[in-house]
Amino acid sequence: MLPLYLLLFLMILGSLVAVHTRTLLSAVISLSLVGLVLCVTFLYLQTPDIAITQIIVEIVALVILIRAVATGKEVSDIKGKKEVFSLVAVIAFIVIFGYFAYQALTFIEFPKFGYPLMRVSQFYVEEGLKKTGSANLITSVVLGFRAYDTLGEVTVLFAAVLGTLVILRGVGRKK
Amino acid sequence: MKGMTIIVKTITKFLSPLIILFGVYIVLHGHLTPGGGFPGGVMIASCFILLTLAYGKEIAYKKLKRSTSSVIESLGVLIFLILALLGIFVGGYFFLNFLPLGHPLKIISAGIIPLCYIGVGLEVAGAIFAVFLALVLFKAGEEKEKPQ
Repeated sequence: MLPLYLLLFLMILGSLVAVHTRTLLSAVISLSLVGLVLCVTFLYLQTPDIAITQIIVEIVALVILIRAVATGKEVSDIKGKKEVFSLVAVIAFIVIFGYFAYQALTFIEFPKFGYPLMRVSQFYVEEGLKKTGSANLITSVVLGFRAYDTLGEVTVLFAAVLGTLVILRGVGRKK
Repeated sequence: MKGMTIIVKTITKFLSPLIILFGVYIVLHGHLTPGGGFPGGVMIASCFILLTLAYGKEIAYKKLKRSTSSVIESLGVLIFLILALLGIFVGGYFFLNFLPLGHPLKIISAGIIPLCYIGVGLEVAGAIFAVFLALVLFKAGEEKEKPQ
């Protein structure tokens, strides 16, 4: 458990640095630290599929963010009279979160960390190779047992790209 | 944007085929090893992003146009949907795995799952690169695309 806590501490440190740096570029770089440590965390929790996806998507997102941020202009601090509002928001968030966490932790029994409830997933682990023939169990879940989810995911990505292209084009196409 | 220095260009020339090869490997071996259609597709798209950043947008635009990447994306979704619909006509179920399962741990196994992953990989690669090209090209509201 200790390496996991160290990794979580690094992630919190990276996001704190991202909030408190002056320039936008260093904020983006320190946010990428969070993504990298998240990838290592997934490797530590023995999910290489998610780790590969996390690192590659993080790289592409970082490239796009740097391309957007690195304009050469100095960005000054944003000033405003929003301290009172943010203080109220933080207090309200802490109260509501604490209430729900207290309710959840006292009245619902969670399984211990690393020992999940194995009702449906037991079936997947036992029958995955036999039913779908795929040696990678994650694939047998993603494209075998839960292929509808993957279809929805692909459709969402397609619709998002379509909307982006329509909005960014600006000028309509002439025949 | 005329591209970066000669060091970046040379390294990109050697690395970009390897990146595409690794992406194709990740897509095709999705049912055997960790990976699958989504990370492999993003890897292929990131190779084209690397080409765009290193050589400038004109040369990369000759390699793969925005309309072409949109067509690839739509083709991926169509492959996935047609494979899912074929299950209805063959056996009566949506997403029926109608091909023989074969031996596990072989490259040709698991029925329609590798074909589905090829569709997903094409879709993701086209989508990510189309969005990147849109962010780069449409800045001034102009698209240098010849009428066909």
